[in-house]
Amino acid sequence: MSELRVVVVDDHAMFRSGVRAELERLGTGRVQIVGEADDVPSAVQVIGEQRPDVVLLDVHMPGGGGPEVVRQLPATTYLALSVSDAAEDVIGVIRAGARGYVTKNISAAELIDAIERVAGGDAVFSPRLAGFVLDAFAGTIDVAQVDEDLDRLTEREREVMRLIARGYAYKEVAKELFISIKTVETHVSNVLRKLQLSSRHELTRWANDRRLI
Amino acid sequence: MTIVLVTTTVPAYRRASRPADRRVVGGVAAGLADHLAVPVVWVRIGFIVATWFNGAGILAYLLLWRFLPLATPDDAPGVESATRAGLRGSDRLGRREIAQTVAIGAVGLGVFTLLSVVGRGPSSHVLVPVLVGVVGIALVWRQLDDAAWNSWLRQTSGPGHVGRIAAGVALVGLAAIFVMSEGRGWSATLDLVAAVAVAMIGLVLILGPWISSLWHDLGEERRQRIRSQERADMAAHLHDSVLQTLALLQKNAHDPAAVATLARRQERELRDWLYGDEAPAGSTLVAGLRAEAGDVETAHQVPVELVAVGDAPMSSDVAALVRAAREAMVNAAKHAGVGRIDVYSEVAGASAEVFVRDRGVGFDPDQIPDDRQGIRGSMVERMRRHGGDTRIKSTPGEGTEVVLTMPLRETTTQEESREA
Repeated sequence: MSELRVVVVDDHAMFRSGVRAELERLGTGRVQIVGEADDVPSAVQVIGEQRPDVVLLDVHMPGGGGPEVVRQLPATTYLALSVSDAAEDVIGVIRAGARGYVTKNISAAELIDAIERVAGGDAVFSPRLAGFVLDAFAGTIDVAQVDEDLDRLTEREREVMRLIARGYAYKEVAKELFISIKTVETHVSNVLRKLQLSSRHELTRWANDRRLI
Repeated sequence: MTIVLVTTTVPAYRRASRPADRRVVGGVAAGLADHLAVPVVWVRIGFIVATWFNGAGILAYLLLWRFLPLATPDDAPGVESATRAGLRGSDRLGRREIAQTVAIGAVGLGVFTLLSVVGRGPSSHVLVPVLVGVVGIALVWRQLDDAAWNSWLRQTSGPGHVGRIAAGVALVGLAAIFVMSEGRGWSATLDLVAAVAVAMIGLVLILGPWISSLWHDLGEERRQRIRSQERADMAAHLHDSVLQTLALLQKNAHDPAAVATLARRQERELRDWLYGDEAPAGSTLVAGLRAEAGDVETAHQVPVELVAVGDAPMSSDVAALVRAAREAMVNAAKHAGVGRIDVYSEVAGASAEVFVRDRGVGFDPDQIPDDRQGIRGSMVERMRRHGGDTRIKSTPGEGTEVVLTMPLRETTTQEESREA
């Protein structure tokens, strides 16, 4: 596999240099950082010039945040990174089109793994994102008939999400459910697609309900 | 130091409100759609259709506009500051939604006009002034919703004040002209009464919302003040704790495990404050688990990742579940020899489940070491006493997972609501 070209977009210089140092130390031959940006306009410019395989994208950023970058250049592959626990924002960047979400305290080895995964067309769900997804879809079962069938998770997809939320890696999920890793990846990709396509109305309602708890 | 906890009372029923961030005109349709759990288009079409019947839709819309409170999103401080700094991207109203609303409105107006031409609806003599009036009221009210206009209207000097007086005088003048242009006599008295009524209605329309919003503003201002004081207290508290942690980090620089633990504890504190749900410790299942996870993390220097879906109010059953989960976490931290414990809790329907998982040494469930027997016994026993169930899956070399299931009895929720 050839070296993956990565652009890091984050408004914290300290975080950018940290990621660069880690990826250079552990990711030689697998990933290479070809550019950095610290806000939306510069990100759009750097991504346009470099045409990277994967963009590491912070959720909160000057100029409209991560989702704005995805909206302007939707053809690129994005992996969202954040320290924030704000469920709506994480779901927001995924809905904008990012292929995955990991928290910033992820280890370098896991990060390289995640980058390769999204570059290969898979979705990357951390336990926390799986929890948000289950939360998001839990409240919408009643109104599912009103909307398209698309909005519901299948029983299998829900099981996969629950195992990921419980801290299982894809390999372990496959073993637990007696299915292949490829099938697990398909389920996760389907969940990602449903998340990106489900109507705004239901997610807003979910967000409102969350505040009431 | 005394810490005063200010808890806001949550009403037992859901109250409809107008979402400030998603309104096209007044936010009534969006608010109703949220409340009734139907797509907003249906509500808009409903209002338009109702308008064909003697303008009932418009009347209903205006009444709801008046009586539903405007809800500005009340975000956690971290999210709010990110919004202010423009780091999140504004949640703009979709252009498609605005176009859709205009289209529905145009079709509705067309049908309405058709009805009045055919003679089955109100005549155009009534229709045109009513529509003009409604648009005027909508303009005034929409602006009254915005805080800037509120303060503009509250000025008792300056151009805003002059403008208001001018509007009032113009209305009164209009009424006077109306009286004078009419002939004298018995009908003049009647006209005078009508004119005064018109002027009064005009004044009430313009000033009414202002007076009621003044009341509302006073309450809102008081709440804001309390909130900002709370935040100042919290900021000072965090400031202290962050400084303390930094000092400790410098002292412990030679001990990586201690540094990591200190950093994680500080991270958790900040996270709770910035993005937390603000549920007081011990009031719900998730709050309880979060506190226990933090405790175990600090005591055993092992990171504990908690992911929670759904929540349940605290009861004796839930408390037993939290304690059993704590024992499982402590077990994993002591014996598994791992760098991380995953805890997942889910409340679905009538039961709560907690999964505690480690990727440690594991053990053969048939040959349980004696030192674990006691803890396990008490964990299993405790769950059973409350009607719950404990399952332990473990394979040597692959780690352990404890699955705790607790039925949530109906009585607990009833007790809760009685207490509230």
